[in-house]
Amino acid sequence: MSFLAKYIGQKVKRTEDPRLIQGLGHYVDDIVLADTQSVVILRSPYAHAKINAIDVSAARMSPGVVAIYTGADVAGKIGNVPCAAALPELKVPPYPVLAQGKVIFAGQPVAAIVAKDKYQARDAADLIEVDYEPMDVIADTERAAQPGAPVIHEQFGTNIAFHHSAGTGDIDAAFAQADRVITQKLNHQRLAPISIEPRGVLAQYFPGEGQLNLWSSTQIPHLMRTQVAIMLGVAENKVRVVAPEVGGGFGCKLNVYAEEALLGWIAMQIKKPVKWIEGRRENLAGTIHGRSQIGTVQVAVKNDGTLLGLKYDVIADMGAYLQLLTPAIPTLTGLMLSGCYKIPAISMQCTGVFTNKMSTDAYRGAGRPEATYLVERLMNCVAQELGMDPIDLRRKNFPKPEEFPFPTATGLFYDSGDYEQALEKAMKMADYQKMREEQAAARAEGRVMGVGVSTYVEICAMGPSAALPAGGWESATVRVEPTGKVTVLTGISPHGQGEETAFAQIVGDMLGVDLDDVLVIHGDTAIVQYGIGTFGSRGLAVGGAALAIATDKVVKKARTLAAHLLGADEASLTFENGRFLGAPDDRSMSIQEVALAAHTAASIPEDFEPGLMATHFFEPKNFTFPSGTHIAQVEIDRETGDVKILRYIAVDDCGNQINPMIVAGQVHGGIAQGLAQALFEEVVYDENGQLLTGELMDYAVPKAHQLPHYELDHTVTPSPVNPLGAKGVGEAGTIGSTPCMANAVIDALAPFGVRHVDMPLRPEKLWRLMK
Amino acid sequence: MKITLSINGTNHEADIEPRLLLVHFIRDLAGLTGTHIGCETSICGACTVLLDGKAVKSCTLLAAQADGGNITTVEGLAKDGALHPVQEAFWECHGLQCGYCTPGMIMTTCGLLKANPQPTEEEIRHGLEGNLCRCTGYQNIVASVKVAAEKLKA
Repeated sequence: MSFLAKYIGQKVKRTEDPRLIQGLGHYVDDIVLADTQSVVILRSPYAHAKINAIDVSAARMSPGVVAIYTGADVAGKIGNVPCAAALPELKVPPYPVLAQGKVIFAGQPVAAIVAKDKYQARDAADLIEVDYEPMDVIADTERAAQPGAPVIHEQFGTNIAFHHSAGTGDIDAAFAQADRVITQKLNHQRLAPISIEPRGVLAQYFPGEGQLNLWSSTQIPHLMRTQVAIMLGVAENKVRVVAPEVGGGFGCKLNVYAEEALLGWIAMQIKKPVKWIEGRRENLAGTIHGRSQIGTVQVAVKNDGTLLGLKYDVIADMGAYLQLLTPAIPTLTGLMLSGCYKIPAISMQCTGVFTNKMSTDAYRGAGRPEATYLVERLMNCVAQELGMDPIDLRRKNFPKPEEFPFPTATGLFYDSGDYEQALEKAMKMADYQKMREEQAAARAEGRVMGVGVSTYVEICAMGPSAALPAGGWESATVRVEPTGKVTVLTGISPHGQGEETAFAQIVGDMLGVDLDDVLVIHGDTAIVQYGIGTFGSRGLAVGGAALAIATDKVVKKARTLAAHLLGADEASLTFENGRFLGAPDDRSMSIQEVALAAHTAASIPEDFEPGLMATHFFEPKNFTFPSGTHIAQVEIDRETGDVKILRYIAVDDCGNQINPMIVAGQVHGGIAQGLAQALFEEVVYDENGQLLTGELMDYAVPKAHQLPHYELDHTVTPSPVNPLGAKGVGEAGTIGSTPCMANAVIDALAPFGVRHVDMPLRPEKLWRLMK
Repeated sequence: MKITLSINGTNHEADIEPRLLLVHFIRDLAGLTGTHIGCETSICGACTVLLDGKAVKSCTLLAAQADGGNITTVEGLAKDGALHPVQEAFWECHGLQCGYCTPGMIMTTCGLLKANPQPTEEEIRHGLEGNLCRCTGYQNIVASVKVAAEKLKA
């Protein structure tokens, strides 16, 4: 693949934006079909209760009501909400789309009300009488694992969903040889992803054709098509799933929920289109949460700072049911416990437990933030114990660039990296020594200032298919139309990441065509060949790799035809800036001319297939491992406990960049979500399993004035795993920033004898520690 | 009850239920779906429109409260195929990713810059506190507002 890079590497303005800034995009709720009925879901107010009876008679009489369905109506007709994760001896409870005689989390769907409009559907929902018999609730993650706790799924006799061990190396020897063992218990709090567009489904059924169309705000239209077809017992090729404009996902739309199959089934019953749009209260109660691990870390270390071993004993909170990837998330934590350090022996013992809460699943970072947080937090605890600068400790344990691919005791091979380079760059940008001097001066004045650092590595570009439940490859089709316009069909399903632009940049350069001549189509299973979707920072590193190879195939095919038409040897032709050059008589042909000739096919070589398109399914041989260093300087107000972020520096390495503007945007947003976890956000349930953070008035998504100006730079260690050398950047910011901010705040509190505080580091908590 | 709203210069007369939210009037009756709903509690600001020149949250106003008012939605900003300077600024500064909060951010920016044509960074950040964005970390939105202010001054 050689081409003139006219677009690649440039800050090209996004092609998605003109429609979005004019309010002309179409999210699910913006799609209007004639005679569409509104669906409202009645949800359980109880976290654990038996349903003795449901009386819908008054609701049925309510104006505008078309139908009401409860668990009894769908039993045996709609399959269970699927869990695709596979772990040895995993207990998978049946997860009905509407509760069957029992509810086990507050927010569980109990009935679906169909009415002419949404106001009427809500009115009717209020008239449904459910006779609940409350049962003992287990909301506490640690207590759920203990004997005597109320059992949520009686058939298992326990709340333990699985045990999972990870890591290799002689852990006992490592701890026996240690000069010191540093132990810390950490709570990694529950978070809500909060895409600003909540979820939503529109379903339309054509009885004549037996065709079901679903528009869903999803990151995985093809996987959803397969699962919904299975749940409904409909042929997969009679289900079309469209992910239209999707207003953010962050993992919460990497799932198959009850509502997709339910809406599809209702559309099939009433033969009219039906739409359900999630409210924010429903979103907080009934869309997956993230994180929620509580565990103890032990690090074995020599007095000179050499790391010998790390143990993590953790209880991971599954919530009430297993969603698509729920139990797989903590296994990703286990993979990343080596951080960006040489740790010869690692052991994770993880227990997954059911609780009477919404399921956890993939939220931006998904298992890796937990690993990075605990490793980076412990690095600071170790540094404090040894009286070392936290940066010197990190540097001492980095693998060197020549040690890549770097094998870890968790069984991975990090593809490439230069951790020292990013660290140096960040320290220079921060003027780290000056920050420490400012801190000393501030402390002398009685002010509370802290400096935090995290050096992180993450696992991205998900991934080798053997390691993923539904395949980890990605697909792309590149088609040059007769008029020379280029159509790309990609199996990824971007929802804000800007791949319509980035992919057009790649194709534009590789084919030498104008960016505006490339149309990137995604998110429609009737148009696009099967794909896996967008998650795990895979869009560019897997989907883009498929695209680059497919485009290369198109060039090869075009070359064959061009050589034929120009009377030249294929090998003697060069392809530059969209033209095949080097024919004997100086004749040349543009890719557009070749495309037309390929379609008219008046003169083609003997075995040449007419048309000019190619498809490639790219199977990655390894994951990629983006990395970087974040440094933060904070000051805490002694009177209020408020954290002011004075500076935030991030040097990230996502390999080669296609559009640095988009990369920076991804890093900004990622950092914001990571800082949000460190400082503000937490999903809180009380002991009765009632969600106390059920609205954006209570769940603290940060606002513009609460976040800093991010100072960014990057290093580039291309990945050898894919032809673009890209590693992925969607989750990097989130993974690097949480421990960085926690380390900064806790560093500030060192004069108060604080070694660790659990997140979120809210003012009240900090104020109490400074009292 | 009968109400009349002018939306982007077009009069919309309708016989509505008194409880109808302004955002549903705009989206469902006027068919302008650029105004989004994100929280239903006035926190996220995705539903922000201009009512008689002031930025308001249309998800917590009744349509009846806006009776006789002049409303501008995001669809009403571009004129004769030319983007509004605030829209241009958001495009140039990569002030959006998924785009869902964007119409609200743009309308808030219009209201903000009308009240304070040359805001400082701090004033911008506080001026945006009624609008949540989950994608951008706000930095490029703040930059967009700064650039928009320059464009509007020119």
